[in-house]
Amino acid sequence: MALPSHISSTLAHPSSTRTPVYALVGNPNCGKTTLFNALTGLKQKVGNYPGVTVEKKIGTAYSQHGQPITVIDLPGAYSLAARSPDEAVTRDVLLGRRADTAQPDRILCIIDATNLERNLYLVHQILDLGRPVILVVNMMDLAAAAGLTVRISRLEQALGIPVIACEAVNGKGLIELKVAMSRPDLPLARHAWDVPAAIAPAVTELQASLVSHDCKAPFIARAEALLLLTDHDSVRVAGSTPLHARTAEILHTWQKRWEDEGTDWAGALVNSRYDAIGRIAAEVILQTGETGPTPSDKIDAVVTHSVWGWAVLGAVMTLLFISIFTLAEPPMNWIDDQTAILATWVKHAMPDGDLRDLVTTGVIGGVGGVIKFLPQILILFFSIGLLESTGYMARAAFIMDRLMNRVGLNGKSFIPLLSSHACAIPGIMATRTIEDPKDRLVTILVAPLMSCSARLPVYLLMIAALVPGDRVPLLTKVSIMIFMYALGTLGAFGFAWLFKRTLLKGAPPLMIMELPPYRLPRVKDVALNMLERGALFLRRAGTLILGISIILWFLSAYPRAPDGTTDQQQLAQSFAGRAGHLLEPAIKPLGFDWQIGIGLISSFAAREVFVSTMGVVFNAEATDDTAPLRQAMLAAKWPDGRPLFTPLVCFTLMIFYVFAMQCMSTIAIVKRETNSWKWPLFQTAYMTGTAWILSFVVYQAGTALGF
Amino acid sequence: MAAPIKLSELAVGASAVIREFPKADPASIRLREMGLLVGTRVTLVRTAPLGDPLEIKLRGYHLSLRKSDADYVLVEPAE
Repeated sequence: MALPSHISSTLAHPSSTRTPVYALVGNPNCGKTTLFNALTGLKQKVGNYPGVTVEKKIGTAYSQHGQPITVIDLPGAYSLAARSPDEAVTRDVLLGRRADTAQPDRILCIIDATNLERNLYLVHQILDLGRPVILVVNMMDLAAAAGLTVRISRLEQALGIPVIACEAVNGKGLIELKVAMSRPDLPLARHAWDVPAAIAPAVTELQASLVSHDCKAPFIARAEALLLLTDHDSVRVAGSTPLHARTAEILHTWQKRWEDEGTDWAGALVNSRYDAIGRIAAEVILQTGETGPTPSDKIDAVVTHSVWGWAVLGAVMTLLFISIFTLAEPPMNWIDDQTAILATWVKHAMPDGDLRDLVTTGVIGGVGGVIKFLPQILILFFSIGLLESTGYMARAAFIMDRLMNRVGLNGKSFIPLLSSHACAIPGIMATRTIEDPKDRLVTILVAPLMSCSARLPVYLLMIAALVPGDRVPLLTKVSIMIFMYALGTLGAFGFAWLFKRTLLKGAPPLMIMELPPYRLPRVKDVALNMLERGALFLRRAGTLILGISIILWFLSAYPRAPDGTTDQQQLAQSFAGRAGHLLEPAIKPLGFDWQIGIGLISSFAAREVFVSTMGVVFNAEATDDTAPLRQAMLAAKWPDGRPLFTPLVCFTLMIFYVFAMQCMSTIAIVKRETNSWKWPLFQTAYMTGTAWILSFVVYQAGTALGF
Repeated sequence: MAAPIKLSELAVGASAVIREFPKADPASIRLREMGLLVGTRVTLVRTAPLGDPLEIKLRGYHLSLRKSDADYVLVEPAE
């Protein structure tokens, strides 16, 4: 497809006020995010592509003359023949298949200078699109360090498009890039390569059909035809326009014919692209230095070592959890204090009444109880971002893949699941790095089984009530705790195994993963990413959390008891109290009465609310010390005089908390991440069902054995 | 020319040249898109601590793939 080099393209509406739209594309790990942040600064909008859980990032850059330029940061892709939802979105935006995103006027391709050939594969596909392209060769410094000279002018000559050498990390090349982006016209690529002879007629026929039936521009049609021919089973995502029936028919006819003939059609196209790239690379790359082991190789010799690898993994994860719990504590206490101060202030500012109670207890108390976990969530986002940007994440996945594979998952599920031990929300949001949709869904479904930090206060209270004496021996405390954590983890793996075998069965996908060179983390990028995800969480879960907080408040505040009653009496005769009574027949076989039932209902705000609810139910002083509550709970009795909180009941209650889905924030996030109510409802049902069955078995067996 | 062996059977540290992809499925297409082509030189850098997956080096970058996928890449060990 040789084009005369004098052809150039002008922006669609150079004189109009419409800002030009650039799409930023590149392989994963090539520095795309850093470049995007450098170009757009904080002027970014992060959202979702409708119907798919792929992050949509749009930012505004400014030309040398201060004109705004819109930049869409498309998800990292190795090829336009998509094999993940991320890649499918990139492909669909570039081909103009998405109604929700305008087809970009121009394309900014970023490639990694140290890994030119593989990066050029995507570029080669993109040049087919016949759009103006600017090529950014990033990481020139690292290439030089690896003994590679990349001759930019040769590359420019070979491709016929502007090529800019860049070091996005320190801003080198950024001005030149902006100058190029501001150019009113850009030359189109001198893009010649031989489509294999066996395939050429199919390309022509498909192109014609795409033009006449799918209303595509000739260039795009040709690119799409070539793409359809590399795609055995392309990933379809919501929001993408399907092919016209006639085009699909032509495609299938050709594919069938080649399959009968034994022609390796898709492979032939890949080969011919790499042939063309090989010729360019031979011109452009000079191996000037020695290639001994790189610093990355030396680090990997330890980090992926069969003995030291485990030690490093253990150390990194321990550090992660220590930092989550120690760093998050002061801000969590601060938020607690601030919500209390705010509630007191409102109490003084507003006239006495239901509205005041709604604001202070329902809204401030309820939402505050969830916001409290925000520091932990943010620290987790930051840590995960750090692990991703340094390259360690891929190593952890590499080490853990074999174990995760036993239950049908892959190594990339490891960090999301592990993070869920602190909080399932960042864990679930981190599953976006898992390309395979089934593996991702299974990981999301089992993540909340990992005991999170909100369960900790419940476990601690139950252990205190379980063990006789005022002081619980540390060893007992720790062993019960470890047992609960292990039970949750075992449950998560068990259900993952079950789901992969039944509900989400399928041939194991190709599990390939790049192990990028280690890099110093870009704290600015990681922090920005953390803030974006934190805001995303608040935006997504915020309304639901507010709504449920108000409902929970209403349930405990109405109907109003006559004046002069205590909080305990109010709660007992409220809707929540009645619901507890209503629930009692269902939970009595587990050894729980209606008062515990109230606690289970209120846990829906966040599991740890169980503790404060028990405080109100048993009229115990709310203090940091659990001793008064413990005394009150141990004094609690069934109507017939049997003690309520026997050791067996405490133990059963813990089992229930390990498995039950009682977290509205998690449900909200799962709804967003799976794009439907189906999965969060299924998850709530299977988790809570398991919790009930196991608690039933434990309580009944325990009773029969005389505990 | 030595008989081709499976990439998964290559010794750690050894290099080889890719000879054949016996299975032309979508998975093998993606491997080829990642630059594993007939004639490409690959080095088996290491196996993961539990023996699987493998880490290979090709075209200046490192890629991890499972043994079960590497079974479908036939290579000829190089000196």
